[in-house]
Amino acid sequence: MWKIIVRRLLIMIPQVFLLSILVFLMAKAMPGDALTGMLDPNIDPAAIEAMRERLGLNDPWYIQYWNWISNAVQGDLGQSFNFKMPVTELIGQRLMNTVWLSLVTLVLTYLIAIPLGIISGRFNDTWGDRLITGYTYVGFAAPLFIVALLMLWMFGFYFSWFPTGGSVAPGEVPGTFSYLLSKLYHMLLPALSIALITTVGTVQYLRNEIIDMKQKDFILTARAKGASESRVYNRHILRNSLLPIAAFFGYELTGLIGGTIFVESIFSYPGMGQLFLGSIVIRDFTVVTALVLLYGIATIIGSLLSDIILSIVDPRIRIK
Amino acid sequence: MTRIPFLKNPGVRVMNLSEDLLQIENLTTSFKIAGQYYAAVDDVTLTVKKNEILAIVGESGSGKSALAFSIMGLHTKARIEGKVNYKGQDIVQMSPGMLNKVRGKEMSMIFQDPLAALNPLMIIGSQIEEVLLLHDTTLSKKQRKEKVLDLLAKVGIPRPEHTYHQYPYELSGGMRQRVIIAIAIANGPQLLLADEPTTALDVTIQLQILELLRKLKNDMRAGIILITHDLGVVSEMADRVAVMYAGQIVEIADIYTLTSNPQHPYTRSLFNSIPTVKEVKSRLHVIQGIVPSLKNLPRTGCRFAARTPWIDASAHEDNPQLHEIAPGHFVRCTCYKHFHFPESAEEAGTDGIA
Repeated sequence: MWKIIVRRLLIMIPQVFLLSILVFLMAKAMPGDALTGMLDPNIDPAAIEAMRERLGLNDPWYIQYWNWISNAVQGDLGQSFNFKMPVTELIGQRLMNTVWLSLVTLVLTYLIAIPLGIISGRFNDTWGDRLITGYTYVGFAAPLFIVALLMLWMFGFYFSWFPTGGSVAPGEVPGTFSYLLSKLYHMLLPALSIALITTVGTVQYLRNEIIDMKQKDFILTARAKGASESRVYNRHILRNSLLPIAAFFGYELTGLIGGTIFVESIFSYPGMGQLFLGSIVIRDFTVVTALVLLYGIATIIGSLLSDIILSIVDPRIRIK
Repeated sequence: MTRIPFLKNPGVRVMNLSEDLLQIENLTTSFKIAGQYYAAVDDVTLTVKKNEILAIVGESGSGKSALAFSIMGLHTKARIEGKVNYKGQDIVQMSPGMLNKVRGKEMSMIFQDPLAALNPLMIIGSQIEEVLLLHDTTLSKKQRKEKVLDLLAKVGIPRPEHTYHQYPYELSGGMRQRVIIAIAIANGPQLLLADEPTTALDVTIQLQILELLRKLKNDMRAGIILITHDLGVVSEMADRVAVMYAGQIVEIADIYTLTSNPQHPYTRSLFNSIPTVKEVKSRLHVIQGIVPSLKNLPRTGCRFAARTPWIDASAHEDNPQLHEIAPGHFVRCTCYKHFHFPESAEEAGTDGIA
């Protein structure tokens, strides 16, 4: 088990290396650079050119890449042109916000998906099931950014139940309990908006798994043993149906870390997504490349996490 | 006119006129198709005696499994009419709670496909322990485990202690079927329903499983309903045979009568379809056509008539009944008196597809 995890982590190194080249080249392929349009147009173009030369922006890509990657492996992702601070420090602040938002979203997603999926699957083709399936179709059809805007307007502005921006109330001291509560309070509305939409896939998946599982022969065996309906569901159907969902946990989590971009912008939530969009607009390359690299690494770790979880819950899959 | 070359030492099985274990009276099981109910088991009356193997034979779709599922109360979306009397209680009318007390203890079932009949996420030990736990809460954990190991040894699993901790995917089909049999016999049931227990197994394993079933029956003195479409299995195992066609019983007799003197055209056709090495036939006899689908079953007249078109319509009864032509030998419809196998000219060109 540990061997395989270490091996998978070692395989990650060339993957991340390849990814970093791709990310770097694509970032460079964007028209313009950090100096475009950012400076006073009255400055002598020759001075700007000199600045470019001094910052190394005119070097061939492989030299620029080498400079960047050799620093990056030492933990120095460079300076943000826009924020005038080290990228690691900048991302560090935002990273935890996004990770926490993703985790809260994930908890809410499963809190909604599991009961709804079970009701819908166990009592399929009843009115309850039709209602839940109806909701999932609406969820599939509704774009997340519209729902998020609607939630923000309704619960943030109209009812004023939730804060409409930021990640914590001003004046709270980090480390206190009320600071934590305030963080959670700020996360709740964006997390709920995402959860209400992303949960529908899991609801349908679970419903289909349960309906499929109900017709399996081993369920007949369980009934023939004299097991009651609730035992049949809890012991035999549910565990088997939850397997694929447990296996998707890793992907789900990393998907969320990359998927909160729009919602963070809408709720002015200071996470990585908001930073990412902003940095692309102003061509803050160091930040963009660092973030894409981070998303890439998160995806690779997510798939590793999924493999590990699956091997724990499903005896048929043992990684050796 | 014995056509069964594989009937071995028939003297071993002793007919005993023991008491009835299960009485099925006018059982009709219907399924809903497009808003209407269609009977898959149509007015079946049968009895199973103690320490007897009753075989139910028929082609696919003749209602054998539907009958077994009705006896176990395993249908979830069927309309069941009639009576299934077991020890003075009617299983059809039983509440789910009562039914769960009977299933797995008094009667249990062995399924067709051992590869699918075990929970893939539970070790073998827990799957057998579950049926013990459900019917006897007084056993301690240790006692239960011991009993499971005994059972595994009883069904011929070579290393019970090792298999106890294995998952189903680690066992072969034959081993899994043994585990399923262990689950079925765990509480010493009076009635065992075996729904094509050897269909999914290869021939050498089939024989072992059948031997095991017979041995267990003799140990437990239980009644067994053996559902199969394999006439070889029937003549090896059964004491009595009920032949089913299109949801109805068309002939019942003890095994000797049925194999030596089959009467109903369907029974005769089934026996005649077995390839033999004694007679050299240029082509194998096949029964023309297939069992009609549930929706398209003829509900009046002789249901087998459509597959014997060379027999005159006047030979059939309008409303075919079971006639007792000899003690314990029942045949449905009067067409058996006029039945003959077709001349090759009559059969030619059909290839068994009506």
